[in-house]
Amino acid sequence: MGEKIGVYVCHCGSNIAGVVDVEEVARWAKEKFPEVTVSRDYKFMCSSPGQELIENDIKDLGLTRVVVAACSPHLHEKTFRGACQRAGLNPYFFEMASIREQVAWVTKDKLQATIKSKALVDGAIRRVINHESLEPIKVDITADTLIVGGGVAGIQAALEIADSGSHVILVEREPSIGGHMAQFDKTFPTLDCSACILTPKMFDIGNHPNITLLTWSEVESVDGYVGNFEIKIRKKARMVIEDLCTGCLVCQEKCPKRVIDDVYEVGMAKRKAIYVPFPQAVPNKPVLDTENCTFFQTGKCQVCQKVCPTGAIDYEQKDQLLEFKVGNIILATGYDLFDARRIPQYGYGKLPNVITSLEFERLTNASGPTNGEILLADGRKPETIAVVHCVGSRDKNYNEYCSSICCMQSLKFAHLAREKTGAQVYNFYIDIRTPQKDYEEFYNRILDEGTLFIRGKVGEITNIPRTAEEEGKLIVQAFDTLAGIQRRIPVDLVILSAALEPRSDSVEVGKLFGIACGAQGWMIERHPKLDPVATMTEGVFIAGCAQGPKDIPASVSQGAAAAARVISKIQQGQVLLEPIRASIDENRCSGCRICNNLCPFTAITFDEIKEVSSVNVALCQGCGTCVAACPAGAISGTHYSDKQILSQIEGILDPALQLSK
Amino acid sequence: MSDNPNNQFEPLILGFTCNWCSYRAADNAGLARLKYPPNIRLIRLMCSGRLDPQFILKGFAEGADGVLVTGCHPGDCHYVEQNYKTMRRFKLLHKTLDQMGVKRGRLKLVWASAAEGMILANEIEKFVEEVRQLGPLNWPKWDKPLEVVADYEVVVEEK
Amino acid sequence: MSTNGKPKFSMYWAASCGGCEISVLNIHEKILEVDANFEVVFWPVAMDSKYKDLEAMEDNSILLTLFNGGIRNDENEEIARLLRKKTQIMVAFGSCATEGGIPGLGNLGTMKSIFDTAYFGVSTENPEQIYPKTSFESQFGQLHLPKMYPVLRTLDQVVPVDYFMPGCPPEPHQIGAVIDLVIQVLNGKAELPPKGSVIGAGTSTVCDECKRTRTEKKIKKFMRIQDVERIDPEICLFDQGIPCNGPATSSGCDARCPAVGAQCIGCYGPAGGVIDYGARLMSAFASVIDSNDPDEIESILESIPDPAGQFYRFNLAKSLLRSSKYAWKGE
Repeated sequence: MGEKIGVYVCHCGSNIAGVVDVEEVARWAKEKFPEVTVSRDYKFMCSSPGQELIENDIKDLGLTRVVVAACSPHLHEKTFRGACQRAGLNPYFFEMASIREQVAWVTKDKLQATIKSKALVDGAIRRVINHESLEPIKVDITADTLIVGGGVAGIQAALEIADSGSHVILVEREPSIGGHMAQFDKTFPTLDCSACILTPKMFDIGNHPNITLLTWSEVESVDGYVGNFEIKIRKKARMVIEDLCTGCLVCQEKCPKRVIDDVYEVGMAKRKAIYVPFPQAVPNKPVLDTENCTFFQTGKCQVCQKVCPTGAIDYEQKDQLLEFKVGNIILATGYDLFDARRIPQYGYGKLPNVITSLEFERLTNASGPTNGEILLADGRKPETIAVVHCVGSRDKNYNEYCSSICCMQSLKFAHLAREKTGAQVYNFYIDIRTPQKDYEEFYNRILDEGTLFIRGKVGEITNIPRTAEEEGKLIVQAFDTLAGIQRRIPVDLVILSAALEPRSDSVEVGKLFGIACGAQGWMIERHPKLDPVATMTEGVFIAGCAQGPKDIPASVSQGAAAAARVISKIQQGQVLLEPIRASIDENRCSGCRICNNLCPFTAITFDEIKEVSSVNVALCQGCGTCVAACPAGAISGTHYSDKQILSQIEGILDPALQLSK
Repeated sequence: MSDNPNNQFEPLILGFTCNWCSYRAADNAGLARLKYPPNIRLIRLMCSGRLDPQFILKGFAEGADGVLVTGCHPGDCHYVEQNYKTMRRFKLLHKTLDQMGVKRGRLKLVWASAAEGMILANEIEKFVEEVRQLGPLNWPKWDKPLEVVADYEVVVEEK
Repeated sequence: MSTNGKPKFSMYWAASCGGCEISVLNIHEKILEVDANFEVVFWPVAMDSKYKDLEAMEDNSILLTLFNGGIRNDENEEIARLLRKKTQIMVAFGSCATEGGIPGLGNLGTMKSIFDTAYFGVSTENPEQIYPKTSFESQFGQLHLPKMYPVLRTLDQVVPVDYFMPGCPPEPHQIGAVIDLVIQVLNGKAELPPKGSVIGAGTSTVCDECKRTRTEKKIKKFMRIQDVERIDPEICLFDQGIPCNGPATSSGCDARCPAVGAQCIGCYGPAGGVIDYGARLMSAFASVIDSNDPDEIESILESIPDPAGQFYRFNLAKSLLRSSKYAWKGE
């Protein structure tokens, strides 16, 4: 059957028509191709009258294909597909040639521009003849949502979705939710108590009828696709029967074994072998650390079991593998703190009074190891304190990016330290960055309080004195770029504002969920500006520091934004997926398994019984890599078929459209 | 150089772009009104991973003097890692084409992110010049009689 | 041979090795059915016949011609055209006629290089340095030798072909099946497949018929089969790093080579719908190279020293490029 094609060449005002002879392109298309029923040029094809032109021609002339030569399809492909659809033509019977971005705007010579435009239109016409009618793929959405990570971003997302009436499974690998925020003392710039604002939210999570909270648990496997993910979660044995435990914590009190707490107290204090990490923990049910438990190591003790009034201690408990079906997933897996030992000249780990930001948070926290008193290793109060910015950030040797929170955090440290100890505080900074609401005001406040600022990157922190004045002190050496001099400042305490880094396992976690991490290791969003919480995998969203360094307000915003995206998907009940997909012809597939390893979205599976591979349409993202790899030609890809592309090549390279000499 | 007859020759270049990075780089070059030679004609694929070596061979067989393959930078692939597969295929095809008498300079791989319109435009300009210096490829249209397509002499003659 | 009203059959041998003819004889007793159902009118390798006799026949008077060999010289072309004129069903028989086959590899080099190799190569004893001529004055008058073309063409690149039958040579059981089919058609019991079809082959690839166990593919090095210390008899040869062309090659041969531990070299040609066999293979091979490092990829590719030979062994003349540039430029 001969196709009836409409070709529309846009002037785009003078944007295209100023360089390309649009009338000639339209005339030529009609003359060259017998299939071209109508060929027009028009001032603005994307305008309402422009679109109506197409719609009317489809209706009046019975067009079966439409080609628009105008701007980039990224701008108006949707527009014109819509026009086709309104006129009753399948929107995939449409093709666009970019003669503005690829010709008019980049070509000097008008004659050559016209020839190149014809070549692109020629390719588009030959391609569109081979187009197939396609329908968006409809997939039902399971209303339940999986949220990975119980920090503030995950908490916010979980509450938003649960409050909207849908069920959430919140998975946290530590014994309690709360994340890094639970470790902090005060939050900038308002200086309200971190625990005071976080605890109620944590409590809500623990008591929400729509939230299944799984702490001390990790996601083991993810199968399926948007709307229909099948998740396996390993719930690690706590050795505590949660249904029986009342949270009285007698076990913790009586446990004779003390262990250094590397997680919550960042090594600054001890906990018991059976413990909740901190008093406001949610759930308020302990975990038995079998690696350090006397009973598990020597077979003797069992004190916890003896003292437990409800018989909740179960030494035989095993890991459980729980299965869930969810429609959407939010990853809020947070960050790791930069290991300051990697900068040996700062002495962290060797010099006792050089501490990291997180250690200072614990030091100044009323529930911390010193009950909130800022003390040196020997118990003295510091008289001078240095805060070093950008430790491991904005440094090509470690991380090129800005960690975004360190300036404000360092200003906060300066305030808290000064307030509590009266010490003189020096802030060593490269630039001060305070771009959010009320942040600059906070900076000015700290300046007014008398904190001293030295603009220069710290070269070294040492305890080797050069003068009597430096005796017994830590000396911070930096080049003051404002004064143009080397400074050596003797201090008692150095706080390193360490960089935020991607979780050490972020790439593996990303792979598990079929999403990518950038070169630095942060999870990649679908679009950095316009789609910051979605990912390339439909139904998987990211929030908080997993996506990149950010502070609490930004994490909460992203948690809420990701929740909004999920809620909207749940409300739609179905998702429509772009029907650009690969499929395998079972009759031609010989099961050679070349393609099996090529799909990063695990859309290709091998059926051992039939000995053929198949593509899961909902998992497939349509990249076409397997289509190009199948040696038997058994895999085809919609909308980018061999036939469509080969015919486009023939058109684009038509010898009649060679550039003139 | 000025004596080179190829200086007068306008090469025909076929280019392949991916939907997410290099096609957008072309958009970006347009938005910035960067000028580059009109010898290149781009085809959009969803991913450079879709680039079947057949398309490149087809390009040469249909009269392209050079073929430019473009995609997202390694590690930045919209589809996680598919451009590595492009890289592998490109290298193998390069090697085979070399054996077939298609000089390596006629096939080029360029990574360009969506923001790198400038890089893409510069690479196109460079590539057009490189192919211009190599001269026309003129792969035969085989549907014509052999006497027309090939510059051969009958070697079966008296020696 | 009598003119007994039986449909006429012919077979011809152009640029090929003769294996196809032997393969026809390999169908054993079935050859008697050929004789029972056909009158063999032209088959130079099996009976005495002259081109003049062929010329004298009426157009379309031969029902079936099995044409093997590619078109490498003007004699090949002349007889191909002549047989086409005289034949109703023209079958490109075997790899060479279908896709060029081994003689098609000559399309990688120039005519001169081919002649030099043939007449002065290490395997040729030619102390008088004789070089062939297209015409020669003999005691019987002027003699002519066929004129060689710069490239080998497949049969369908010269004349229209009704059916393609791949294989180097086609397997006897496939030949038998095709003969059965034609006889059934003659008796009105079956219909011929659509013109242009591949016959005597499967619809899938060699892997489909191969009994070896396959896993997901990740290749760190390709190895020549003679360099493999011990070939596992159960596991897919490709998975063992042996560059087996089975995944891209049409089924129909019962995977005879892989069954005995030799990799498929692709004589049954591309699977249906594939435009360029070698390109498909290259894409597949490269895709499963297990490295993202440019230098490592290069070094893995070094283990394929002759890519054109690996990927286009039988298919070069039918590929998109058809020949190397050297062949048609004469350089």
